[in-house]
Amino acid sequence: MPSLANPTRFLDLVGRIVPWLALATAALFGVGLYLALYVAPPDYQQGETVRIMFIHVPAAWLAMFGYTLIAIASLGTLIWRHPLADVAAKTAVPIGATFTFIALVTGSLWGKPMWGTYWVWDARLTSVLVLFLLYLGLMALWQAIDEPGRAGRAAAILALVGAINVPIIKFSVDWWNTLHQPASVFRAGGSTIDPSLLTPLFVMAVAFTLLFVLLHLLAMRAEILRRRVRAMQQSQVEHATVAGA
Amino acid sequence: MKPALALLRRDISLAFREGGAIGTALGFYLMVVAITPLGLGPDLNLLSRIAPGILWVALLLAALLSADRIFHNDYEDGTLDVLATGPLPLPLVAAIKSLAHWITTGVPLALLAPVLGLLLNLPVETSPLLVLTMLVGTPAVSFIAAIGASLTLGLRRSGMLLALLVLPLYVPVLIFGVGSVSAAITGPASPWPPLLMLTAFSLASIVLAPLAAAAGLRNAMR
Repeated sequence: MPSLANPTRFLDLVGRIVPWLALATAALFGVGLYLALYVAPPDYQQGETVRIMFIHVPAAWLAMFGYTLIAIASLGTLIWRHPLADVAAKTAVPIGATFTFIALVTGSLWGKPMWGTYWVWDARLTSVLVLFLLYLGLMALWQAIDEPGRAGRAAAILALVGAINVPIIKFSVDWWNTLHQPASVFRAGGSTIDPSLLTPLFVMAVAFTLLFVLLHLLAMRAEILRRRVRAMQQSQVEHATVAGA
Repeated sequence: MKPALALLRRDISLAFREGGAIGTALGFYLMVVAITPLGLGPDLNLLSRIAPGILWVALLLAALLSADRIFHNDYEDGTLDVLATGPLPLPLVAAIKSLAHWITTGVPLALLAPVLGLLLNLPVETSPLLVLTMLVGTPAVSFIAAIGASLTLGLRRSGMLLALLVLPLYVPVLIFGVGSVSAAITGPASPWPPLLMLTAFSLASIVLAPLAAAAGLRNAMR
């Protein structure tokens, strides 16, 4: 990690990784969507609607992964003062919020045929909605503070306070009696999902994760460049003022 | 202990002598509770069933009205800098100011709630429990509001932003607070388990929130 503290070296690394990562993401999405939409059999109870799972579950995982990433980066901002930590935290917010939104929308579309309603106020749905609201709060805080250093530390504090929600989401289906099904992929005693559906799910999960990493690296690059442009403009203005005075 | 008590006394007397702040929160509380039945229609059975929820939601909003003032005046006139360099640790300063906010906002709102409950046909025999859950739950409201207040210190539209940041964190208070009173009204579940969860959440936020608020204050003052 220390070698990555230098933004120039980081940009260099991103430039080399991005083409391969983009290729791998596209290939995995190709394979994953083929497996999910053509190869996987319809569920014996849910029929074709089970295919919603291949979008919904990876998006929900990444919603939590995104927030966990922000929380860890926030520790990096507050404790280690890693210069890229607040760039990582800031750029992960809109991406994580988008995946949370996708999880909520696909879940709601899946809920209508299966549960008979688009929305119920059970513990899992409520805690994911709270996660979405926390993402929005982080975005608002980043927008409200002009000075990036102060904004980064304020957002880091808020992100760490909100991090308590992540374990609540994970265990909500075990602690409360929810309409949402309990954990079925990672559980003691093996998965309850048939391998014919589980394999496409894993391929899609890896594809979604690569997509997240790709988008995150690109957004971090854009943010670093944006800050450089801003710094250059500021120094230009200062020079102009000195010359004019 | 002496400086801590002095600070608490100062904050409380400032809140009372400043005038307006407490009255505004209470008036807002009354207003929200009074217009809700007009929007829902005067069905008394419906109102008594949802009364705990209305009273709790309105209380959260009323408490948030004054939340951005927890640190604001002291930040503007430089008192906060004096406090930060003084003998009290900054988390303790944040805790005392949160406590003062609870005494001047949370407690009056909680005590007004059973009166407003009459407007909503809340069964009178549940009033003691309602006040108890609110007295137990409002410390969490004030202490968490202090985190938001420290993060939004000196910003434009800080009040709106504060509500946006803090309201998601109030979800447990709302769920357990309303859960306890509703259980007492509709039965058969016992009102005590949600009340104990609410107590736990409140105690945890009293311990942890001042640390986050102090970090937010340091960030705002640097």
